[in-house]
Amino acid sequence: MTGAQEQKIRQTLDDANLQLAIYTATGRLMSHRKAAVAEDVLPDFQELRTQANLLKRHAIENLDHYLEQFESQVVAHGGKVIYARDGAEASEFLIDLAKKKGARLMVKSKSMTTEEIDLNERLERQGIEPVETDLGEYIMQLAHERPYHIVAPALHLTRYDVADLFTRKLGVERETEIEKQTKIARAVLRQKFLAADIGISGANFLVADSGAVVIVTNEGNGRMATTLPRIHVAIAGIEKVIPRAQDLAVFLKILARSANGQHITVYTSFLAGPRREGEIDGPEEFYVVLLDNGRTRLLADREKRQSLYCIRCGACLNHCPVYRKVGGHSYPGVYGGPIGAIITPQYLGVTHDPWLPFASSLCGACAEVCPVKIEIPKLLLALRSEVVQAKLRDTQSRIERLSFRVWAWAMRRPRIYEMLGFMGSALLGGEGWIRRLPKLLSHGPLGAWLSQRDLPRLPARSFRQLWRARRKAGEN
Amino acid sequence: MPREYVLHRTRTALGRTIGQPPDPAPPVRLRIPEIDLEARIASLFAEIRNLAGKTHRAASPADARAYVAALVGERSAVASNAPFLRECGIADLPTVRSGIANAEELRALCADAEFGITSADYALADTGTLVLFSSQQEARMISLLPPVHIAVVQSGTILSGLDELLSREPLPAERSSSMVLITGPSRTADIEQILVRGVHGPGEIHVIVV
Ligand code: SF4
Repeated sequence: MTGAQEQKIRQTLDDANLQLAIYTATGRLMSHRKAAVAEDVLPDFQELRTQANLLKRHAIENLDHYLEQFESQVVAHGGKVIYARDGAEASEFLIDLAKKKGARLMVKSKSMTTEEIDLNERLERQGIEPVETDLGEYIMQLAHERPYHIVAPALHLTRYDVADLFTRKLGVERETEIEKQTKIARAVLRQKFLAADIGISGANFLVADSGAVVIVTNEGNGRMATTLPRIHVAIAGIEKVIPRAQDLAVFLKILARSANGQHITVYTSFLAGPRREGEIDGPEEFYVVLLDNGRTRLLADREKRQSLYCIRCGACLNHCPVYRKVGGHSYPGVYGGPIGAIITPQYLGVTHDPWLPFASSLCGACAEVCPVKIEIPKLLLALRSEVVQAKLRDTQSRIERLSFRVWAWAMRRPRIYEMLGFMGSALLGGEGWIRRLPKLLSHGPLGAWLSQRDLPRLPARSFRQLWRARRKAGEN
Repeated sequence: MPREYVLHRTRTALGRTIGQPPDPAPPVRLRIPEIDLEARIASLFAEIRNLAGKTHRAASPADARAYVAALVGERSAVASNAPFLRECGIADLPTVRSGIANAEELRALCADAEFGITSADYALADTGTLVLFSSQQEARMISLLPPVHIAVVQSGTILSGLDELLSREPLPAERSSSMVLITGPSRTADIEQILVRGVHGPGEIHVIVV
């Protein structure tokens, strides 16, 4: 953990307003989800989860096949597919395209994948203006912050923060009414939509049998960005591919419900290629950038490749007691919460952020709610052991090694071992809870640890003593 | 080449070879309940109203026309080229512009119009959803740019839900470059999780079933 991260966590924990904001927002998302997947509303929810898991597993285990099928379908419908090994390649494609087409302004619909590759910074450096159009993302862009939550990017800000930001950045009069703030953003962004040359979107799903990009939004910005500009570019991780359009009957039913309890988002766009002969509107050019950026490395890991099933609903964040305390900006990388703790170190390599897999209490809430049934706690444990093994090789804690050596030495000397046990039970027996240990131990980290924990009383007689007594009784 | 690199790494990671056919896919899962028309209409309306949308059951095409005329009044509207709107006589209401086939012209009109009037290819009863394929009859912008969207739907197109839609249209891409599902008015809850309607899309939606 870096100093900056530690500071961020401390700040978040100390900020009572922020704590309340995270707690209420995630709490509300949790209760909405609960209502939307209740037995009487969606009786086959568990079946749908199982089916979603099977479909994702199948798609990932045969990924090369479905990527090629997707590509040939996109081409058949008049679009183009571009593969990118990393963020630099994906951005380069866009920059070249902008140059070729003389494009200066790009509107963007919400996409975590483009956050992952710092697309905006890369474009700005080339003199291209990318504009986020999801209200939350737009606010984050104005504030120069990264999204706080996968589905609720500005979760940590109040209307007063937004008012200050709009006054400062847009030069409008201070407005603290949320409805009016939304109107301000609508007016500014409407002009951007109408003027933009290129619309950039992510993809919630890539449909192999159709060559289609599926985008879900509530505000309509996804539709605007893919309808008004002359060119539409979708940027998506290779893991987003699903076999058939008909499989959407499973995924669309669980995605919005798990995210915020809606039965389906307001808009679901199923987009296959540019505008066709006879169609009145829609983009004239259609590109899909398929991004690797560490995903094939993850794919090679048989156990952990299931983290590629993620449909980014955010439920595991809302249900994570750690996320709910430390918030979204305490995690390195753009994906926070339990799933972020898994994919970030895998995209970047485990030694990059060795503390991440430990940022979980392994309570299992995430796995219980995950709509595609990713075994998150199991993967976190596996990652932890990787980190620990890496550490063991070089810097295993000296105390740990020392204490093991003492214990091993004592084990080989039964008399001494027994004597230590006897001393222990004398010290801790009777009412001797560990909390009553000499004052000396109740300070510092050990004290803090002990203040929450007890050791059970040691038995009056040890196993060795009982064994001997039994043997004696047997002999008599 | 990035393409070969990514595909090669994918195959190597999975232990697959070039051109190897995929394992058998899990069977498609579609569940289509039997629901009669009245129940479908009732459910469609209940869901739309739940999302603060307005609904109206029109006894005849003339009734639908009267309802739309009252809604629009003297204000500007753009109607799609759907034959059904013409049949209802909605396309020739005095303030309604219709019959536009040019994207630039349509865009300028939609940017200023107060109402966008469309039909729908299907409606989904269980979620209160409209389904629109982009075509010569239906442009994408009309249901998107104006602040109010009015959809006039034929009762025969109301399906039980998504599963029935995808069983009727297993390959939507064969039919159009764009299929969009619209469920209620555009909305956001991005500031303090307070619900606000009408962000980029229409903040008001009226669904009329004939
Ligand atoms: S891991 Fe599961 S619960 Fe978490 S965001 Fe992904 S799909 Fe949702």
